[in-house]
Amino acid sequence: MIKPRRFLVEALTAIGLIAAPYILPHLGFAPTTINRILIWGLFGLGFDILFGYTGLLSFGQSAFFGTGGMVAAYLLTQLNFPYVTLAIIIGAIVAAIVGYFIGLIALRRTGIYFAMITVAIAEVFFFVEFSPLSEYTGGENGLPGVPTPAFDIGPYHFRFDTDWTMYVYLAFWFFVGLVIARRIVHSPVGAILRAIRDNPLRAAAVGHNIQAYKLTAFVIAAAYAGFAGGLLGIMQGFMPPDAFMFDTSGQLVMQTAIGGAATLFGPLVGAAIWLYLSDFFQNTLHLGATWKLLLGVVFVALVTFLRHGVIGGFKDLFALASGRAKPHEAPESDPNAAPVRAYAAPEAAAPAEAGEIILETKGLTRRYGGLVANRDIDFTLRKGELRGIIGPNGAGKSTFFKMLTCEVKPSAGQIAFNGRDITGFGVTRVAQLGLTKSYQVNQLFTRLTVRENVAIAALAHKRGPFRPDLLRSVDSVPGLSVQVDEALALVRLTERAEVPVSELAYGEKRRLEIGLALAIRPSLLLLDEPLAGMSPSERVETVALLKAIRAGRTLVVIDHDMDAIFELAERITVLSEGRLLVEGTPEEIRSNATVQEAYLGGVHEPGEHAL
Amino acid sequence: MLGWGPPTFNADIYAGDAVVNWANFVSQFFNGLVLGALLALISSGLTIIYGTLGVLNLAHGAMFMLGGYAGWLAYSYSGSFIVAVIVGSLFVMLVGVLIERVVIRQFYGRPPEDQLLVTFGLGIVIVEAVRFWFGSLSKTVPPPSGLVGITPIGFMMYPTYRLALLGIIAVALIVLYVVLYRTRIGMIVRAGIEDSGMVDALGIDVYKVFMLVFGIGSMAAGFAGIVNAPVVSIAPDVGESILVQTFVVVVIGGVGSFPGAVLGGLIAGEIISITSMFNPGYSYVMLFVAMTLVLVLRPYGLLGAAGRE
Repeated sequence: MIKPRRFLVEALTAIGLIAAPYILPHLGFAPTTINRILIWGLFGLGFDILFGYTGLLSFGQSAFFGTGGMVAAYLLTQLNFPYVTLAIIIGAIVAAIVGYFIGLIALRRTGIYFAMITVAIAEVFFFVEFSPLSEYTGGENGLPGVPTPAFDIGPYHFRFDTDWTMYVYLAFWFFVGLVIARRIVHSPVGAILRAIRDNPLRAAAVGHNIQAYKLTAFVIAAAYAGFAGGLLGIMQGFMPPDAFMFDTSGQLVMQTAIGGAATLFGPLVGAAIWLYLSDFFQNTLHLGATWKLLLGVVFVALVTFLRHGVIGGFKDLFALASGRAKPHEAPESDPNAAPVRAYAAPEAAAPAEAGEIILETKGLTRRYGGLVANRDIDFTLRKGELRGIIGPNGAGKSTFFKMLTCEVKPSAGQIAFNGRDITGFGVTRVAQLGLTKSYQVNQLFTRLTVRENVAIAALAHKRGPFRPDLLRSVDSVPGLSVQVDEALALVRLTERAEVPVSELAYGEKRRLEIGLALAIRPSLLLLDEPLAGMSPSERVETVALLKAIRAGRTLVVIDHDMDAIFELAERITVLSEGRLLVEGTPEEIRSNATVQEAYLGGVHEPGEHAL
Repeated sequence: MLGWGPPTFNADIYAGDAVVNWANFVSQFFNGLVLGALLALISSGLTIIYGTLGVLNLAHGAMFMLGGYAGWLAYSYSGSFIVAVIVGSLFVMLVGVLIERVVIRQFYGRPPEDQLLVTFGLGIVIVEAVRFWFGSLSKTVPPPSGLVGITPIGFMMYPTYRLALLGIIAVALIVLYVVLYRTRIGMIVRAGIEDSGMVDALGIDVYKVFMLVFGIGSMAAGFAGIVNAPVVSIAPDVGESILVQTFVVVVIGGVGSFPGAVLGGLIAGEIISITSMFNPGYSYVMLFVAMTLVLVLRPYGLLGAAGRE
């Protein structure tokens, strides 16, 4: 089933690449500049997957650019390896392998730490290339004499030894690179990378091995960088050592930011602007060394005023012009609407034998320094139950949940889930086993739509913690759309499926929060204050929702809304000052003297704070 | 391809001869101390800015360079090293305050990547502006007249100014420590590192504090740039390798930790110097190995606390 519009971007790109040599020279682009733009654009495709889509800003891409280029150039000039294209591919593979090992180190941290580590790595590569490995890399002289590619196919000879034939060669590879990058971006992996960018914590909590996915993105970026580095040597007939310089990484970052990240075309557009301006300042205005100062000022101004680069700016302009900028209106929510259609719970969640123990904790304790948040909690939950957990502020309810989902490691004690000891498993592994939580404070993928949000969670259930299916379309994952639709219907967001999360009303976000947890089809679902911050009508709606989703599922609900808990739960556990105070039916709890004292009189020990 | 000269590699200057013997080792150890103290001071500036404002200043290396040039300019007019140090430091502080006020302030609500991008761009602007005014040729500032020559310590001779430099930086670090740990503004800064939202809630004008901290942090780098000028001649590119080394220091020591910056600085300085005794080409490799070890064994740095990214 091929939709006609599916390859629109690819087709337009092909047309653009064919037309460019006829148009760009008239705009003042020199042929070598155009070729350079293609190399930077290809280099940037991988970088955009890492930075734009995964949110990892690396200042170390020069390491892989240089490695790929040097390996290819070394093969061709020193070992007289006869196949130019194959040498470039080998260079890219070596760069990817190096990227794998560097990624293992750099990805131990995120954010600015990651940026700093990649800067350091790039500098190490530069000095290693310059000094200890100078025998192989030519040191500061680089490797001259890199041959251009040539093929003989039957009686036809293909030589790529002029600027425009080289353009054909580079344009071909840019196109291949773009097609692959687009497939990656539209694959399940691409979707998960975006989820990691938006909210790594939740991506891990729904069951994705985010470290493995980040490493995948890192390796992809390294492979693209290595390939582009190889092309640079071929194009120049010389592999320059300054490919390894920090400036190379910096220029790539700046070009991507100028063009617009998370667009794939941003680096190409940015490179075109950057290289054009640099030619213009130097050759037309004869500014000499000042060109870089001017470009620096232009860059600072662009980053300050144009948040999403030139492409982003055009998109915003277009949206403004076509009136698409207006927010999606929330439909009137009616608390008395027809009750939620009770979907049959999935097989995984079906209670095999109702009453069997699904979760058991023994002596669960968590200390924060001298503060004991949870002390010796023995807790048993049976399949099909809807358990309520209540307790005054600071009773340790949230800490208890965090230990159950393995977000927080217990200081002592064990947790058994379906008879299996899961203590210390980690949140991803536990989610894969079918135990997850909806968060007290919304943890959503804010830049994705409602449907995409739910799909991220469903993908974790469908695909396991990690699968590198980079080239398949996310829509082709069997059963995914059914599972997503089902979760959307459960939390009554079907109508709002295509709306970006940032435009949802608060109550809708709360429902989506639950929808994310439901979409992984958990056999045990923990709900941390699902009613927090809701208006009275939203509360009524959500209580109805919880009643609907409980069929065939096992739920544990924490909330401060006593009426809701008493209405929902068959059994209630009361925590107070980190201990399990009492357990029983709502009636028993309501009339229990200790519980009343905990709520009303238990304020004489203010040692605990909400955790 | 990019038209840049060979890199200025700070370690080369501190490397001395690649002769491995006991006297050379001691002398290299001292070189390591000086470089380490220098890195400690620069890293402290970087780390208090990050800790308080949440902004990793990629233009910090450029501030180091700018300090050197401002000092050199003041020296050429006044002929006094003291004047050079004071004028240079104050100038860099002023530049820091201006940058925070005019540019960085636009970026507090934006993602950390944007902050990295803009400070990276600012670094280029500063470096290229200096190149525009003063050219690419390196400049030298002689050490103050009383500190010229060589001092015998035990069985070896050591340049007097470098010994003095050790003392100068130690004093600067102590001043910074006193400011951070013994004054009201320091208390606010440290509170801001812990929880800037809370400081805001307490009715303290955080923007004023941010501006001051950016100024003080920049001044630390600028001061280091001047006092180092008699040892390493200054050129527009000197900040780059310093910035990289500073990052390694911060990763080793722990982000936002003043003691971590000092410890990390000394460790990095020694690694660079001692490795240079054998082969300067490997000093970055060893630095990288050390950073990797720390990342594996203590991901938040030797003295860093978990939870800060």
